[in-house]
Amino acid sequence: MINSRLRSLIRKEFIQIRRDPRTLVLIIVIPIMQLFLLGYAATNDVRNIPLAVLDQDHSSAAKALLDAYRAADYFRITYAASSEKELRDLVDRGVVRAGLIIPPNYGDKVNGDGNTTIAFVLDGSDPTIASTSLSAAQLIGQQYSTKILAERMQRHGQTLVMEAPIEVRPQVWYNPDLVSAYFMIPGVIGMILYALTSILTATAIVRERERGTIEQLIVTPILPIELVIGKIIPYIILAIVNTLEVLIIGAWYFNVPVRGDLMLILLLSGLFLLSSLGIGIFASTTANTQQEAMLIVWMSLLPSIFLSGFFFPIEAMPKVLQWISYIFPLRYYLVIIRALLLKGVGVSALRDQIIALTIFGVVIMSAAAKRFRKRLD
Amino acid sequence: MSEFVIQTNNLTKRFGDFTAVDQLTFAIQAGEVVGYLGPNGSGKTTTMRMLLGLILPTEGTATVLGYDIRQDSDAIRAEVGYMSQKFSLYHDLTVNENLHFYAGVYGINNENQIQACLDRVGLEKQKNILVSNLSTGWKQRLALATAIVHHPRLLFLDEPTSGVDPTARRAFWDLIYELVAEGITALVTTHYMDEAEYCGRVGIMREGKLLALDTPSNLKISTLPGKAYDLRAQPILDTLQVLEQSQHVLRSGLVGDHLRVILSSEVKPETIVEELKNHSVNNAEIEQVEPTLEDVFLSLAAQ
Repeated sequence: MINSRLRSLIRKEFIQIRRDPRTLVLIIVIPIMQLFLLGYAATNDVRNIPLAVLDQDHSSAAKALLDAYRAADYFRITYAASSEKELRDLVDRGVVRAGLIIPPNYGDKVNGDGNTTIAFVLDGSDPTIASTSLSAAQLIGQQYSTKILAERMQRHGQTLVMEAPIEVRPQVWYNPDLVSAYFMIPGVIGMILYALTSILTATAIVRERERGTIEQLIVTPILPIELVIGKIIPYIILAIVNTLEVLIIGAWYFNVPVRGDLMLILLLSGLFLLSSLGIGIFASTTANTQQEAMLIVWMSLLPSIFLSGFFFPIEAMPKVLQWISYIFPLRYYLVIIRALLLKGVGVSALRDQIIALTIFGVVIMSAAAKRFRKRLD
Repeated sequence: MSEFVIQTNNLTKRFGDFTAVDQLTFAIQAGEVVGYLGPNGSGKTTTMRMLLGLILPTEGTATVLGYDIRQDSDAIRAEVGYMSQKFSLYHDLTVNENLHFYAGVYGINNENQIQACLDRVGLEKQKNILVSNLSTGWKQRLALATAIVHHPRLLFLDEPTSGVDPTARRAFWDLIYELVAEGITALVTTHYMDEAEYCGRVGIMREGKLLALDTPSNLKISTLPGKAYDLRAQPILDTLQVLEQSQHVLRSGLVGDHLRVILSSEVKPETIVEELKNHSVNNAEIEQVEPTLEDVFLSLAAQ
């Protein structure tokens, strides 16, 4: 299959890549930088939410409640407010995200047999933080009141026997601690590979057009499909290096489990790269300048990232967007890479995605070869 | 297989309203060196691109090496060599790498054939130099080497000598004649008048039309309405003014330090010398000379 024409083209591409060491360094370094940046930024975990406290009671019971809040690392008590107005001001200015108000008679009520209410004020402008802190605050409150209840009953000479009629016992598979990095890092891997490779090949053919070498290339007996494949193969090899890079850093630094077979991961990543490189090549055959090719790739990049399930679950999208998401190869790869890393599944569980990526790869490469007519007009 | 290497019939290319090539009809035989002379934008490159199948003609037909340019451009490309105006070389590759690339793309892996090609254009010593560090003259030779590495039967050279110094130009033409001696046919475009003299036949193009196509000497006989003379006289600009007004003079112009005059055949040169004396130019010397292609070109352009 590799004939003289293809071999010459691949050799030429490799020499050109090697003669441009700055670009080569960028290709190697960019994924590492992006993985570190996005690996930290792309997280849904909420920790250390700044919290202001207005303690109007100052009893030992109030201190015990605050300790319970301190113990859970959801909150960081950063301010002790002296009035409700100050507390409101702190929330308004965004200095704290939430406030806890302990009423004046709290200690008496808790130590006696009475009920009391503590107020939890929160800033709802960031729904992720708000919903996490709300449930965290409720959870801490409930646990603490259960503890008080138990103490009271003990004081009255009873033991607490609470048996709920139904118990829901949640069992989380694959990512039992629900660490969002485990979910996000495979997505970041997919996104980095997609963006880098499609941008790399976007300029591959249009560069020859800009430099005028395309005219000479067209008059040779080289076939359009040979040109497309010859341009892609060197970048596939580079992209596999990138895949290994991000996998190693993901596993070693972010502790993302690699449960699947490594060869399978590389093989299916290669399959995905056919699509992303194909998109770049397609853009390159369509565009007249390198700039135009970059723009085309950018246009496909943003919707793929947002509609592929990288940030938002596809199931939660409107139906129309869900249908549209089927045309983005990243969607399938994200399922594959998450499943391979976190679940360690085999080929059979990913059959649909593999078929979809194969079809996409073949279609985009043939389209690119077809677009590249051996003419100038 | 037709006896003509290239044969066109009313070949026309329009880009929108602009007619780049207008009803071109000509034929070239094997072993010829045909020069296409014309200013920039006269349709030379467009003609060549159509013959190579790089662009489709709007009207008309043509065959190259017996193949139809619309249907069989792949077959044509395998047997012709093409050197485009821009010298399509990879600047980040060395001489050797460029040549090996094009050889490989033509399916040639015979190292002897590639080295022979390098020797022929005299780039043996430069083979490991990056193309970006080569002078224009060397780039031109390398571009020729990449165009002939697969031993084509027909060579298209599009302004191969533009931007190259006169010595290198001369050497380049020697190379072309070596190739022709081995049986290759060449179609060369140029806007250097002196270069066209080297060609077996010269076609003169202007605004997409082929005004004439013949041997340089035939062109001089057939297209010039009179005889060419060199005229020396002082003051030269006043003389030129008198000549331009004279009814005997078909065309006059400055050539270096003297004037070139075309007189109709019936007019005797002495008549002009007399006429100049009447206008107080007394020192005129006139001498009949061999007309150049420039004379031909200018008189065709004036029609």
